[in-house]
Amino acid sequence: MASVQYREIEGRSVGFYGLLSGLALVIAGGLAAAWAMEHHGHVITGMSNRIVWGTPHVFAVFLIVAASGALNVASVASVFGRELYKPLSRLSGLLAVALLAGGLAVLVLDLGRPDRLIVAMTHYNFKSIFAWNIFLYTGFFAVVALYLWTQLERRMNGYTRPAGMLAFLWRLVLTTGTGSIFGFLVARQPYDSALLAPLFIVMSFSFGMAVFLLVLMAACHWSGRVLGDALLERLGRLLGVFVAAVLYFVAVHHLTNLYIARQTDLERFLLWDGGIYPLLFWVVQILIGGVVPLVLLFSGRTSRARGALAAAAACVVAGGFAQVYVIIIGGQAYPQLIFPGKEMSSSFLDGVVAGYVPSLPEVALGLGGVGLALALTVLGLKVLPFLPRSLADGKPDSATA
Amino acid sequence: MKPERRRFLGWTAAAAAAATLGPGLRLVELALARSPEEAASTLQRWGLLIDTASCSDCDACVTACHEENGVRGHNRPLTDAQWIRKVSLRDRRTGFAQTLPLMCQHCEHPPCVDVCPTGASFRRADGIVLVDKHTCIGCRYCVMACPFGARSFVHEPVSGQKPDVPRGKGTVESCTLCVHRVDRGETPACVEACNRDGGAAMVFGDLNDAAGELHRRLRTAPSTQLRADLALNTGVRYQGL
Repeated sequence: MASVQYREIEGRSVGFYGLLSGLALVIAGGLAAAWAMEHHGHVITGMSNRIVWGTPHVFAVFLIVAASGALNVASVASVFGRELYKPLSRLSGLLAVALLAGGLAVLVLDLGRPDRLIVAMTHYNFKSIFAWNIFLYTGFFAVVALYLWTQLERRMNGYTRPAGMLAFLWRLVLTTGTGSIFGFLVARQPYDSALLAPLFIVMSFSFGMAVFLLVLMAACHWSGRVLGDALLERLGRLLGVFVAAVLYFVAVHHLTNLYIARQTDLERFLLWDGGIYPLLFWVVQILIGGVVPLVLLFSGRTSRARGALAAAAACVVAGGFAQVYVIIIGGQAYPQLIFPGKEMSSSFLDGVVAGYVPSLPEVALGLGGVGLALALTVLGLKVLPFLPRSLADGKPDSATA
Repeated sequence: MKPERRRFLGWTAAAAAAATLGPGLRLVELALARSPEEAASTLQRWGLLIDTASCSDCDACVTACHEENGVRGHNRPLTDAQWIRKVSLRDRRTGFAQTLPLMCQHCEHPPCVDVCPTGASFRRADGIVLVDKHTCIGCRYCVMACPFGARSFVHEPVSGQKPDVPRGKGTVESCTLCVHRVDRGETPACVEACNRDGGAAMVFGDLNDAAGELHRRLRTAPSTQLRADLALNTGVRYQGL
């Protein structure tokens, strides 16, 4: 196999430092928010004992799910042997690690006692899927690092395929674990479903591919690298398939619930009269995050246009955030069923839909995680050769110096 | 007498003595239950019975609980800790209204304990479900998992803590069944207050103690567990639901 020439990005321009400075500011905002939450308590956020997990968790889950999905391209190349995607494998691995780091940072800084992280590393309850996830997340860093090493170190190139296979299997288990955090919540009607694990896996395929496409296009554009139309079109079509798969799983989940009498009130809430949640579901998740990208990616007129591809990917990201928001916040806003057949009222507002407005500290913390993920990606691209010198169509090898 | 025979008779006598005295010793053990120095034991399963027919429209149990445990609010019900709350119910079809206290149900198979990543959420051998305030990292997964909304995350700095009831901002807490009182041989504050100032709707006791009042009441009249469909085997039972 002819070698692909990789090169660090130059990283000296005003634009580069401007980008890094902007990201550093966003990260600083996130840290300031975490400090404020730690100092004053979570009372300064929109979260409560009814909406226990809020906007930070929406960001964290999106980033963690996207992280495992960002590894798609590498998996397609290493596991399924598609040579076309091989030059993108390194960026795919880098982005996966960076997104996971961003998501975990948000999750950890939102803890009531982030100073006790060491407790989480030394005390385990192995019946908890959360405890398992601690291993799955840290293991993901190790496995992807190993995978990247086999790609970056010439002598290790022979082990790329088994390392890629390991990373692929690990990411499937990891996203199963993330989905199961919700799937195992037996007492809450909106969760409590084995379907959430595969749903999260297809969501990861879709969100991760969308983020990867946006980062790839931006990185090539800003570093003056050629990016072939055919390669982009293939990636776009793959994204389209993932978007359709997410829509399928969402449809099956809701249809199943609609069939179950006990769940019909919940479905009415999520799909019809639940205020912001049906709006987010139909307009942002389904229309903007599903239908629009499918039209952009598969209609003959726009499928080759780069602007349309970038717009489709951005729509998928927006729809993805809405989807995670509806799952996490909407799922908690719906009152828990403790006394079937009875109207319930109390000082805890039992039986009433819980109100929630995202607060500035929560949004700042979440954005800080996105900033961290992007900053790590930018720095990675500068210090190590993750990106090929050219990604021109049909001749990835011709760029060899 | 041959030494073998003598030894055989000796062992037989010892075995007979053990068989005779063993059950007696066991009875003594049961009668003594446990001293404060002893660890909690599976010999007990502490529980509550709430007779909704007797539950009056007061909140004596809530006030007593929060006073006993140093739980103070800031008039923000959704972020203030609520270890116990009064719930009003109204049947959707018949309009029948009733009120009852709702708190940690001290399940035999508590979902909050299952999901806790560090094991901070735990169940004592005698059935009381607690949070270890030293290992709770404040992830709130247990609050998500509890079927009864019985757990509170401490959203603000706390003051006026009681020596027996450690609390802390950024950790999760819930009804302890007044474990500090139970370990002294007393009843939980809510039960005491209900008997004194309320409708005497609450009975505290040992679900394992066939001679106890709790056992008798549960044996002689039907009772229900909340979310019985989840098969959690709750330590708190309700009558009249």
